[in-house]
Amino acid sequence: MIDQAVFARALLDPEQPPPADLAAWNGSDPTVRLAVYRNNVMASLLGVLADTFPVTRELVGAAFFHAMGQCFVRARPPQSPIMAEYGAGFADFIATFAPAQTLPYLPDVARLEWLRLVALHAADAEPLAAERIAALLAEQPDLGTWHLRLHPSFAVLRSNCAAVSIWAAHQGAGDLAAIDPDQGESAWIVRPDLEVMVIPIDTAGGAFAAALLEGLPLAAAIAAVHEAGLNLDLPATLATLIRARALIALEPPGEAAA
Amino acid sequence: MTVSSHRGSSWHGASACRADRCTGLGLKPQHFEQILSQRPPLAFFEIHAENYMGAGGPFHHYLGRIREHYALSVHGVGLSIGGSDLDAVHLERLATVLARYQPEWFSEHLAWSRHGAVCLNDLLPVVYDAATLTRVCAHIDEVQERLGRRMLLENPATYLESRASTMSETDFLAEIIRRTGCGLLLDVNNLYVSCTNHHRDPLAELAALPLHAVGEIHLAGHAAAVDGAGDPLLIDNHGAPVATAVWNLYAHAIAQIGPMPTLIERDNDIPALEVLLAEARQAERILQGALRQMEAAEQ
Repeated sequence: MIDQAVFARALLDPEQPPPADLAAWNGSDPTVRLAVYRNNVMASLLGVLADTFPVTRELVGAAFFHAMGQCFVRARPPQSPIMAEYGAGFADFIATFAPAQTLPYLPDVARLEWLRLVALHAADAEPLAAERIAALLAEQPDLGTWHLRLHPSFAVLRSNCAAVSIWAAHQGAGDLAAIDPDQGESAWIVRPDLEVMVIPIDTAGGAFAAALLEGLPLAAAIAAVHEAGLNLDLPATLATLIRARALIALEPPGEAAA
Repeated sequence: MTVSSHRGSSWHGASACRADRCTGLGLKPQHFEQILSQRPPLAFFEIHAENYMGAGGPFHHYLGRIREHYALSVHGVGLSIGGSDLDAVHLERLATVLARYQPEWFSEHLAWSRHGAVCLNDLLPVVYDAATLTRVCAHIDEVQERLGRRMLLENPATYLESRASTMSETDFLAEIIRRTGCGLLLDVNNLYVSCTNHHRDPLAELAALPLHAVGEIHLAGHAAAVDGAGDPLLIDNHGAPVATAVWNLYAHAIAQIGPMPTLIERDNDIPALEVLLAEARQAERILQGALRQMEAAEQ
């Protein structure tokens, strides 16, 4: 049989020789034909990365992205046949990729794009209606021990750079030239319906949502933000969560299974 | 007069054919909204199973709505049936997609795409020998057993042959179909591409295939290159209109096997829906012509 191990290695690494048993009807050099497979593998995976990380690609240009993507594909080829799952480690890879060190915001822009893809395919859930939340707040003045359940698509990006503004400027929102790239930013990512929303939030709001995602009840999440030395505007942050339709349940302590 | 009445013994995709429409398109997200608002006259849509393995989101939302109006074909591209072992986790994912959407038929490829933990995202050639035949048949048995249905196996487009092969591609496919009872997804473009690349006669290869088992046909475009000796090397890129030579081979195949659900496959450089619908109409004309000839012959 074709040694699939040799074939697989030869596909990812052009330095590797082709399997010995390959043949062409006209006796021509099999490496020319093998190049079709090598190109299919690399081009298709680079296409997957380009689809998932369009702003990252714009920031570095197509040629740089292609070269960086090739290094990533060879270092970390896919481990799942679901291509929507490919690219999970790309942001971390960029952070260690020496030629990209001049763009310190690049890994977090890639992280934001990855979180958007994850949110796109996350489980669906019905957001809690604002009226229901208001009624609960009226019935239960002390929600401190309650859990705020966030939408399955919900994620937080907390960046030391202006990754959110840089990403937004590439969606036609804001002026790229006015951004201070060293200004730390946070964002919530959520898909209450069909469209993924990216919601800029202050550092305390980012920390608060991260604490909720860790499973902390409301009072403990607030305390965690304050312990980190951040000033949380709770009413404004909760209002943003409700407007974003990011809450799916308010659970009293006894029901908090997860 | 329905197509299936002409082929009462067929178990496969002919049930998706109606008297006036027997063609389908690969479903692409950029066409979701337009398909729902215009409901183009097609018999079915085909999805790549791997694109619908997420938990939720717009892909499932739109497919669910489109499914209400069309027959569905689920086409796997990542099961690696020709690989050394079958990925049981991935087979479960396929079972989930099939249970959710209840497609009229399911197909996969005579190819491998995974080695160990690494997925190569391409359809790679298998050796046509006894050991591979046994392995592929065992995998197809496992798939059909788990999914509780017959599957269709697609003939491959290949760029290389193996000196270790002891059987022809057509004998290899016929023997798989005989042993496992699976059907054949006749990809006419693959057939043409492989015949060109390996200097075989497309009509002779077509005649040597187990045509009685065909349950669906794929039509796609290819790109032209040359190999190390300067001979033509066609690349199955699904990024161009169906070539004239492939249309001719398709008409020949349809004349032999009768009308059969036919997919226009386009996965790269995806054009406006209207462009793909025009190709579907071209296939439909060939199918309807064959239907009329069969009706005339019966009278």
